[in-house]
Amino acid sequence: MVQALFGQLILGLVNGCFYALLSLGLAIIFGLLDIVNFAHGALYMLGAFLAWMALTLLGVNYWVALVAVPAAVGLLGIAIERLLLRRLYGLDNLYGLLLTFGLALVVEGLFQHAYGISGNAYPVPPQLVGGFRIGGVYLPTYRAWVVVVALVVSFGSWFVIERTRLGAYLRAGTENPKMLQAFGVNVPLMFTLTYGYGAALAAFAGVMAAPIYQVQPSMGAAVVIVVFAVVVIGGMGSIAGSILTGIGLGLVEGLTKFWYPPGASAVVFVVMALVLLVRPAGLFGRTR
Amino acid sequence: MTAEPRAQARAPGAASLREAAARRLRNRTFWAYALLVAIGISAPFRVYPVFAMNVLCLALFASAFNLLLGYVGLLSFGHAAFLGSAAYVTGWLARDLGLPPLVAIAAGTAFATLLGWIFGALAIRRSGIYFAMITLGFAQLVFFLGVQMPWTGGEDGFQGIPRGTLLGLVDLNRTLPMYYFTYAVFLGGFWLIHRTIDSPFGQVLRAIRENEPRALSLGYDVDRYKLLAFVISAGLSGLAGAMRAVVNQFAALPDLHWHTSGAVVLMTLLGGMGTVMGPSVGALLVGVLENSSERLGSWVTVITGGVFVVVVLAFRRGIVGEIRALVRRSF
Repeated sequence: MVQALFGQLILGLVNGCFYALLSLGLAIIFGLLDIVNFAHGALYMLGAFLAWMALTLLGVNYWVALVAVPAAVGLLGIAIERLLLRRLYGLDNLYGLLLTFGLALVVEGLFQHAYGISGNAYPVPPQLVGGFRIGGVYLPTYRAWVVVVALVVSFGSWFVIERTRLGAYLRAGTENPKMLQAFGVNVPLMFTLTYGYGAALAAFAGVMAAPIYQVQPSMGAAVVIVVFAVVVIGGMGSIAGSILTGIGLGLVEGLTKFWYPPGASAVVFVVMALVLLVRPAGLFGRTR
Repeated sequence: MTAEPRAQARAPGAASLREAAARRLRNRTFWAYALLVAIGISAPFRVYPVFAMNVLCLALFASAFNLLLGYVGLLSFGHAAFLGSAAYVTGWLARDLGLPPLVAIAAGTAFATLLGWIFGALAIRRSGIYFAMITLGFAQLVFFLGVQMPWTGGEDGFQGIPRGTLLGLVDLNRTLPMYYFTYAVFLGGFWLIHRTIDSPFGQVLRAIRENEPRALSLGYDVDRYKLLAFVISAGLSGLAGAMRAVVNQFAALPDLHWHTSGAVVLMTLLGGMGTVMGPSVGALLVGVLENSSERLGSWVTVITGGVFVVVVLAFRRGIVGEIRALVRRSF
């Protein structure tokens, strides 16, 4: 009983780490570019798929993929920002959502065409196979690794944004990009790099996810909708807030899976409705 | 609604000018409806009737959606919930309780309206981009219910819905009566939407779209207007879903999927949001695309996404909007 509960909680924690990584990227992009990146799920799926393709077609191992794939997807993100998103600045931000939605459909459709809808298994890297016991609860090494890395990356992003000069530029750009540009900062370049970083972060989460979940074209859309709900619950106002909300909701999902399994996939949206009733601005939100 | 304050600029001569403008407008409306009736009546003899019926349902769906996106500026990414849930409820009432089609359709529509009221009341607490994400989340909730509840048939969908007889007189299993019934429902719904847009209520909706704080400061209860528009839109989307369930004799799980919510955005955007005819034009084109999905397979998703990108980048006014702008420029 207790073991099953802890098992689900660990699973929830792992899910929560992915929600945190993805909502972090969404929040950074939204903060600066004022665009809700619907393609975030597609970039995450792309990360997982590229890792899987690199392994099966080229024999590239997990560790190389963990660096190379986010770099490649980051470059793709830079291209997307330069060629497409750039044309939408100054318009209603609904258009950014619709454009990235279209991109997500294109990417998902292409992979569906090439690989069908079934899932592909990605083996756990040999260094991280196995697991250990903490107080009678079995913890697979790979999941522990995911949690640690996600926390490190999340904390690192938080630190860079809140405590460094670069982060100060980013926060200033979120507040008032024109003023920042007047001070001589290359704001358009910052926009490009921010989207690239967000895309790379999504792909990084995708590579991390590949050995845990089935690699399939629809994996991105499913997760991005949950992450949107996470963002609504947490509010995009604070970086730390979106990390905490992501992990918290993963745990709530895990608990639900323990008490009432059929409700697990729906519970995030129920929480969203409750938060909207009680605290419409979101738990950490400042704006409407 | 009519008791609300209205802008009344009365200058000498303005009245007759306004009258002339109104006459021109009435004239154009008359011809637009005449065209719609002519196309509608002859359609089943030109194209496959079941396809025509599906396009009519999609057109009603998109027109209802456009009331919200085009006239209030609210982007709902969860309208599949209303289309799909009404289809399931209608199917359940018609098949398992044996209710006549009119009652089942009315009840399905009522269900979607109620659902729209609940979701709308929660979603309008946030605006802009959050509104889209919230409606998407709620629709996903309904989708999960559709997958998991025992009576919905899960992945197989809800099959074997009888068409029945209309008022005990007209056998809807025959194609032409079914078509003209669908067409009449579409025309009624279309007229209701058009009427809403042209009413003082519709003027207030546009005012909210253009400048919400100002509408608020003029004394309009903005949230109430938004909610009412959302409920009307949800109800009519439900009507479209209920009709589709009767036409096709099944309610399918994809009706609840977020792809459907995206498809209705595309129809509206492609045809021209904020135009009366645009969504129907968009519905026809998307209907043709979906109809060819057997040949195209997963390319449909790629094409849909590509059209989204092109429309957003190159012609945001949509087909009807661009034509209207062209006509205005040339005369």
